[in-house]
Amino acid sequence: MIELKNASKTFTRKGITIEALKGINLKVEKGDIFGVIGYSGAGKSTLIRLVNYLERPTEGQVLVNGRDLGTYNDKELRLAKKNIGMIFQHFNLLESKKVFDNVAIPLVLLKKSKSEIRQRVQELLEFVGLSDKAGSYPSELSGGQKQRVGIARALASNPSILLCDEATSALDPQTTQSILQLLKRINAEYNITVMIITHEMSVIQEICNKVAVMEEGRIIEQGSVLEVFGHPQHETTKNFVKTVVQNSMTPSVEKSLKAENGSLLYKLNFVGKSASEPILYEMIRSFDIKVNILFANMTEIQETTLGTAIIQLSGDRKLVEDALAFLTRHGVSVEEVESYVFDHNNE
Amino acid sequence: MFSTTITNEQFLKAIIETIQMVGVSLFVGSLLGIPLGILLVITRPGGVLENKALYAILNPIINIVRSLPFIILLVAIIPFTRLIVHTSIGTSAAIVPLIIYIAPYIARLVETSLLEVNPGILEAAEAMGATPLQVIWYFLLPEAVSSLILSLTTATIGLIGATAMAGTVGGGGVGDLAIVYGYQRFDTVVVVTTVIILVILVQGIQSLGNTLARKIRRY
Repeated sequence: MIELKNASKTFTRKGITIEALKGINLKVEKGDIFGVIGYSGAGKSTLIRLVNYLERPTEGQVLVNGRDLGTYNDKELRLAKKNIGMIFQHFNLLESKKVFDNVAIPLVLLKKSKSEIRQRVQELLEFVGLSDKAGSYPSELSGGQKQRVGIARALASNPSILLCDEATSALDPQTTQSILQLLKRINAEYNITVMIITHEMSVIQEICNKVAVMEEGRIIEQGSVLEVFGHPQHETTKNFVKTVVQNSMTPSVEKSLKAENGSLLYKLNFVGKSASEPILYEMIRSFDIKVNILFANMTEIQETTLGTAIIQLSGDRKLVEDALAFLTRHGVSVEEVESYVFDHNNE
Repeated sequence: MFSTTITNEQFLKAIIETIQMVGVSLFVGSLLGIPLGILLVITRPGGVLENKALYAILNPIINIVRSLPFIILLVAIIPFTRLIVHTSIGTSAAIVPLIIYIAPYIARLVETSLLEVNPGILEAAEAMGATPLQVIWYFLLPEAVSSLILSLTTATIGLIGATAMAGTVGGGGVGDLAIVYGYQRFDTVVVVTTVIILVILVQGIQSLGNTLARKIRRY
């Protein structure tokens, strides 16, 4: 659906060259809600602007529906853009026009008939829940309502792709929720592929099925949201995941840990079915070892439960190993944790 | 003590001449200045129809004309005026330099108004696949209307000031009356009356402009 192949973008201003994007490779499949997350300045805004050619790549290709946007002439490109809706952080509505006329603009540009425009706009306003605001001016609306108008406008020309540029960053948490639910509905009911740029991990957690993490113009990690949340590799990714999924012991627990002879810390990840079964209980029953649960947490991502636990095991070396093998066999991923406190005490 | 040498008819005639000069030069000046202002905005680097060459020509020409004091411009273009209206004296002879004076002024004001339009709106327009003409017509101009009205108000008031100098070429008008009768013949009544008329005129135009702009902006 959308594919970036080795796409780079450099800006030159007053003799200073800035590499905004460096060799981006990315693939968004039809029906995806694809999230791109990164701190400000990571290049994500430039990235999303490549997809509708608001910015042209300095190198590499942008393919939409299998065709390189670089091969289009101006007229074809304008036509291609009608297939890609876009919403913005600051909504970018025309302050001088009523809600109705704002939503109607893409249809006016397409030279649709008055009656056709009226019908379509009413339909769209109903979909976003603003039928009663058709005659209002944007300045009379709340932030959430403005974004709904933005969404209705973006959908007017029946696009198959919707680009969201920090669409919820200017909204409060509750409004953010309702906008995200709306985007989810658009994806499900109209089968529109959605691409979202954000710096809020909760947005990714809430609606995305795939995620790419950006840093300094590069994608440092990408994959299914479940994968990335479950096993974040890169430091930046771990920091993002930490903002929504607590996966480490509280400092006081860590402090009070006594280094018992032969005891080790393990981080356990339960995904899906393994999160709801009494696996730990069975392990304790089957093996004669001491288990101390130091941390446990469950989060839901993509309607799948993701559980994390940190346990301390002490007892016979062989038995501990067997117990760990038992866990692995039951679909729990196990990794040894190097505790900062342990290192400290061993000195 | 309140004696004066001029009649009400003379006053009325002067007011009509001023309105005539301001009206015609504002109309024609806008016809030239507004497209010129739009051209400045769209051809500038980063504009919707970026054209370095055209911008590099337009920009200094406007600056040159704008830097001439009106009284100099008035005299300097007399041959051109004669070519256009076949005379170099009278109200119509004053209108030609007034247009040349006000058109670049309007162009600059229009440019400023259009540059105030939120760039995000233009980005949205571009994302919708609007043609450059559609960007101007459906996005740029509607968003700038109230600011454009204020700009034209400023231009109108500037024109009223410039018409005072129209007397140099026998253009007539309220300002001319004040200089010829009031100043040169020490007729205080004329001076005071013309000042009052001008103040009322300027105030009226400014209030009208403000009201219109507010009505369109709706807050």
